[in-house]
Amino acid sequence: MKSPIYLDNHATTRTDPRVLEAMLPYFTENFGNAASRNHEFGWTAEQGVEKARKQIASLIGANAKEIIFTSGATESDNLAIKGVAEMYAEKGNHIITAATEHKAVLDTCKKLEKHGYRVTYLPVQGDGLIDLQMLKEAITDKTILVSIMYANNEIGVVQPVAEIGKLCRERGVLFHSDAVQAIGKIPVDVNADNIDIASITAHKLYGPKGVGALYVRRRSPRVQLTAQMDGGGHERGMRSGTLNVPGIVGLGEACAIAQRELAQEMERTRALRDRLRARLEAGLDEVYVNGSMEHRLPGNLNISFAYVEGESLLMGINDVAVSSGSACTSATLEPSYVLKALGLGDDIAHSSIRFGIGRFNTQEEIDYVSDKLIDVVRKLRELSPLYEMFKEGIDLSTVQWAHD
Amino acid sequence: MAYSDKVLDHYNNPRNVGSLDRASSSVGTGMVGAPECGDVMKLQIQVNDATGIIEDAKFKTFGCGSAIASSSLATEWLKGKSVDEALQIKNTDIVNELSLPPVKIHCSVLAEDAIKAAISDYRKKQGSDVAVTAAQTVA
Repeated sequence: MKSPIYLDNHATTRTDPRVLEAMLPYFTENFGNAASRNHEFGWTAEQGVEKARKQIASLIGANAKEIIFTSGATESDNLAIKGVAEMYAEKGNHIITAATEHKAVLDTCKKLEKHGYRVTYLPVQGDGLIDLQMLKEAITDKTILVSIMYANNEIGVVQPVAEIGKLCRERGVLFHSDAVQAIGKIPVDVNADNIDIASITAHKLYGPKGVGALYVRRRSPRVQLTAQMDGGGHERGMRSGTLNVPGIVGLGEACAIAQRELAQEMERTRALRDRLRARLEAGLDEVYVNGSMEHRLPGNLNISFAYVEGESLLMGINDVAVSSGSACTSATLEPSYVLKALGLGDDIAHSSIRFGIGRFNTQEEIDYVSDKLIDVVRKLRELSPLYEMFKEGIDLSTVQWAHD
Repeated sequence: MAYSDKVLDHYNNPRNVGSLDRASSSVGTGMVGAPECGDVMKLQIQVNDATGIIEDAKFKTFGCGSAIASSSLATEWLKGKSVDEALQIKNTDIVNELSLPPVKIHCSVLAEDAIKAAISDYRKKQGSDVAVTAAQTVA
């Protein structure tokens, strides 16, 4: 078993060796600019790009012409939301999104609010899912876009995307979904799911960093986006800039592999996830899964170990790469806003660990990590005044804490 | 984040973990912080009523590694000191000893607060009216 163990596959994934293999020639002999129309180098590069476009489209049930290449998820989200806001400004100025979205969506919406747009941030229910009735009621004549992620990056909760899309279609509102955590992990079909615009990034599905795509529907409805960068008018005028050919080839290959192996990989990662959960719950009391287990990515487990703080937990498992919702581990020193949106309270967020199980994880690793984590949690609970109080039967919610 | 060797040592081998008899008149208990802030420290001292020397100190901490290390270090420093000497322990001493980075200074502040709260509790039990105020300043 190799150390350290990587269980943070929602942050990024290791590039699949087969993906890297496919990319390499495009750094060397096939180095051409895909926009060069008058020589062999350009043609070869363009062929690589067009093959990738088909591979990506195929994975999500789209047409290759509906795939626009970008630098990654953040750019895709920005282009989708700002592009729609600008293009459809005459139709309306209202956007609906959810409290648990990625910052690339939330901060883009906040920026638009400064420019006169109105944004509704839907709360989520305790299981992390949005309330469809609430969404229905939030849509007005001024609503131009609903942006709801497919699967959440922290809790792995999968939204009822097809129903959301259906609702949007009935009301003539465009539907964007940040699908970066879902694509390649669970079946995504832009037609069955009624999605008009979808964000994709390569490095979450065993492709390289720095390359992504945006699915932009071409018919019923035909979606138009205002470009957010000016330049050579690449990508149907929606995204200028010389294409990252090796990256795009990698993204395409990653999608092709995902499409072939999706069913078995889902089964495998789900089995590992369920094994991890079962072992932790067997070894420890006061362990809580955050978010719906039923509507969840197969490789995700977000779990709180009550009365133990997340950063100290991570310190005890320093040969395991995971993330925590604890404030101490975040750049902002705020506990996870996603977990707070579930109504869980900051203490549960501070005690949370996110596991992202992926293609390269093994059962041996899961067993090692669960054993080690159980040891560390037990040790830290011996240190925890809160666990002591809990064991004494004190209801912590009734305690008056001395804030300084 | 990279931790200093001393923080790692206290995290891996915390000193004086445990609880003293909260009801005893020679034990002072300080509990500071709050679960929603991610830090709660409980620090207890046992004082020899005749000599005024702190003979034992125990802690339990819910918090990050630096919070655990700060309180563990505090118990080490408290033992053998008089109550008045203990009041001289400053959060900056803890910061320096553990090489805490700026984002972890609040852990040391919490430890100083816990020391003062424990002494305050002890003095209250002893009927002393010497007020002890928690440090408000952050180094």
